[in-house]
Amino acid sequence: MNRMIARVWDSDFCFSFRRSPVALVSALLLLLVVAGAVFSPWLAPHDPSDLASLSVMDSFRPPAFIGGADSGWAWPLGTDDQGRDLLSAIMYGTRISLAVGALAIAFALAVGIATGLVAGYVGGVVDSLLMRIADIQLTFPAILIALLVDGVVRAALPRDVHDRAQVYVLVFAIGIARWPQFARTVRGSTLVERGREYVMAARVIGLPSWRIMLSHILPNVLGPVLVIATLNLGLAILDEATLSFLGVGLPPTQPSLGTLIRIGNDFLFSGEWWITVFPGATLAVLVLSINLLGDWLRDALNPRLR
Amino acid sequence: MPDTPVLQAIGVTRSFDVSKPWLQRTLTRKGRLLLRAVDDINFSIARGSTLSLVGESGCGKSTVARLAVGLYAPSAGQILFEGKALSAARAQPALRRRMNMIFQDPYASLNPRWRVRDIVAEPIRAFALLSSRSAIVERVGALLTQVGLSPADGEKFPHEFSGGQRQRISIARALSSEPAFLVCDEPTSALDVSVQAQILNLMRDLQMRLGLTYLFISHNLAVVRHMSDRLGVMYLGRIVELGPGEAVFRTPRHPYTRLLLEAIPDLAMTGKPRTPVGGEVPSPIDPPPGCSFHPRCPLANARCRIERPAHTLLADPQGEVLVACHAVEEGRHAA
Amino acid sequence: MTLLEVDGLTVEFPTRRGLLRALDQVSFSIGAGEVLGVVGESGAGKSLTGAAIIGLLEPPGRIAGGQIRLDGRRIDTPTREQLRPIRGRQIGAIFQDPLTTLNPLYSIGRQLVETIQTHLQLSDRDARARAVRWLEEVGIPAARQRIGAYPHEFSGGMRQRVVIALALCAEPRLLIADEPTTALDVSVQAQIIALLKRLTRDHGTAVMLVTHDMGVIAEAADRVAVMYAGRIAEIGPVRAVVQQPAHPYTQGLMDSIPSLQHRVGRLRQIDGAMPRLTAIPAGCAFSPRCPKVFHRCRVERPDLFDAGDTRAACWLYDA
Repeated sequence: MNRMIARVWDSDFCFSFRRSPVALVSALLLLLVVAGAVFSPWLAPHDPSDLASLSVMDSFRPPAFIGGADSGWAWPLGTDDQGRDLLSAIMYGTRISLAVGALAIAFALAVGIATGLVAGYVGGVVDSLLMRIADIQLTFPAILIALLVDGVVRAALPRDVHDRAQVYVLVFAIGIARWPQFARTVRGSTLVERGREYVMAARVIGLPSWRIMLSHILPNVLGPVLVIATLNLGLAILDEATLSFLGVGLPPTQPSLGTLIRIGNDFLFSGEWWITVFPGATLAVLVLSINLLGDWLRDALNPRLR
Repeated sequence: MPDTPVLQAIGVTRSFDVSKPWLQRTLTRKGRLLLRAVDDINFSIARGSTLSLVGESGCGKSTVARLAVGLYAPSAGQILFEGKALSAARAQPALRRRMNMIFQDPYASLNPRWRVRDIVAEPIRAFALLSSRSAIVERVGALLTQVGLSPADGEKFPHEFSGGQRQRISIARALSSEPAFLVCDEPTSALDVSVQAQILNLMRDLQMRLGLTYLFISHNLAVVRHMSDRLGVMYLGRIVELGPGEAVFRTPRHPYTRLLLEAIPDLAMTGKPRTPVGGEVPSPIDPPPGCSFHPRCPLANARCRIERPAHTLLADPQGEVLVACHAVEEGRHAA
Repeated sequence: MTLLEVDGLTVEFPTRRGLLRALDQVSFSIGAGEVLGVVGESGAGKSLTGAAIIGLLEPPGRIAGGQIRLDGRRIDTPTREQLRPIRGRQIGAIFQDPLTTLNPLYSIGRQLVETIQTHLQLSDRDARARAVRWLEEVGIPAARQRIGAYPHEFSGGMRQRVVIALALCAEPRLLIADEPTTALDVSVQAQIIALLKRLTRDHGTAVMLVTHDMGVIAEAADRVAVMYAGRIAEIGPVRAVVQQPAHPYTQGLMDSIPSLQHRVGRLRQIDGAMPRLTAIPAGCAFSPRCPKVFHRCRVERPDLFDAGDTRAACWLYDA
């Protein structure tokens, strides 16, 4: 076990990681934000969903560090219009934002990889058909598709069901808007791998196509698509934030970072800047560190840049 | 059926559609474009022997290799494996496992994410030849030993090996399904000469020990001479000369065969004067009419430009030789 | 007269696991009008030697020792800017893939004229006339009509002819040809070798011909250097090296080439493989595979000794 850790630590991959200050810093920031989000039920000073603990008396308190008589360390980053502790709200909100982003990307990956593999391996009419669907999909911006899906679901489901299902609606909307990119990448790599002789060797012994796709081609096309997935995770989180900001995302009872920014936006020019600036900063740090890590990953996995 | 050839090709043709996409075709009002990579070829390979196909790029030799293992289906004609139609034979696992293939590029023919032991064991698992884990491990070890590697090498990944060692792994994989017939597509052209000798020796040893039948594809005439019992020379999708290897090398009859032998740099440095032949292989999409070699042929006349030569059977002390050439048929040049 | 002198050339690649010595004390010379063949297996350092001479070592590779002199002037030390006129004007290069040398966006005529004008003070018209003459000389049919054609309009063999014209039109004194015929079919390969030989003889150009194909060397070279693991194993006149090789490695190499003339039961083979650069054995690099190895070979590295008509880096010939 120790030897394995040593080997991983000594690998070119880890070496490149240790050598890149950008990667190190972004990983650290990301770890901080993610840990804060994932463990928010245990780490956060308050539970923002616990309505009983809220008091209008506590609303609009400024962050603790700019002090003032009516502030206190009980609300390190201040409170919002409902008297909710902003730090806790951000931690819970990041948790939701991350979950929506990650689930959406997982969904898009699953659809994209499956489509790309089949299109690239089977080729011909199937390929043309799947890729034209992806092309059409690509002409709509992700946000527009999300708005459309959200609109349909909103109209179809009753209000309370809709509110509860909203997380899944968002996951579906963002995921469905992002799969074509994965499908195209996977298809491209699949076309290359399919022509390789190891795939031919498998075909000669008569392995069924699905087994060749899963056990031979899939492991060899995952690298590039995972890099894109990392970069897209940042974008998916932004999608969710945008949708929530526009009011078609998560309801204020279940606020994500985007919802928090929207709520705070109303008070930005009345002096209570912190309500929108802190969630905004968190979102920026989160997305930026994910993107920088993704960039590094892309370079680290590119043998031509070694 | 001791006399049934292991593989038999009867009038096999394979065309590829190389036309532009439908929309572009419609807009430019151009028809479909067919590339005839393999054009009406016939050969058979006797059990335990090696047939080599040699030719320059674009002559269709690799297409024949893929036709022979069923990676492509013929557009016309028939391929028989042990007397049965190839497609029917490949539908039966018991027959399918008796054919396998060795590839050219040792860096592309092994899945980089798999361990060597899994690569070699893949055919064993695919055909369920052995069931118990320990039996498979033992068999893989034996196969690796057989090709000159050690059983411990099974734990490694392909990138830890040199080109020659990878080709040995490829051979071990090909042998693991206990085949009778191996198609070898340029198995040594990516290797250095000293390593090439190791692989060629290994392949001949294995042929003798296991009674393998080879279809050997190469562009290297010296390698082909070393390996083959029978030899076919291909030019633009056709076999222009086919006969016992020694007969073709000692008395090349087709002008193209002569050109090839003439063009090879002379290691013996006999200093013999050469007549460099001009021209290059024309595009197979638009082959010359008549005999496709006529634009480069010193013996071409009007007939060669119009009429496609059929195969003429010629006697040779080594056996019969088939040649597709009007000049040879008419006796216009001393055969 | 010696044109190129390479003396103790050592090229190193710093890696995170230490210094890799890819070329180790390589010394040879080429006279004007002479063709020196450099053979070896992949990774033996033959292409790297060419790259070091042209000044095209891929970073982080660097010349760590030795000298390269062209006409007595050192060309290994100057910075890139100082080297450029020497490289273009005095040293030409041909690579395996003609497509990497030719710019696909410009007509071949434009590329030729540009190259000619960079090195010679000629008017557009004269340069163009010269370009046509070069195309005719390398055997492009209807050169005057085809001068406006683009690289993709030529076949592989014709492209390599254009590359040769491009390399020679600045009238370099040294031509480095790195596997110039490897990508070509045999029938075309013979044409290109003949062309290279004729042109360089006519123009008195010295040629360093890098290839893995012993046949090409036998056909084209005057002298041969056989490389193994970044070192020269044997160097001498081509006939002597091919027919009476002295170094056990060269002997093994020659024996392992299948013959066109007759068929043998088994090829003679050298067991094992060339060591990787990370694990070059002490003493003679070939010692672990050598059938004639003795104690000294494993300890001490041999210099080039006189061995009949050639010079071989082998203790068997230590006088």
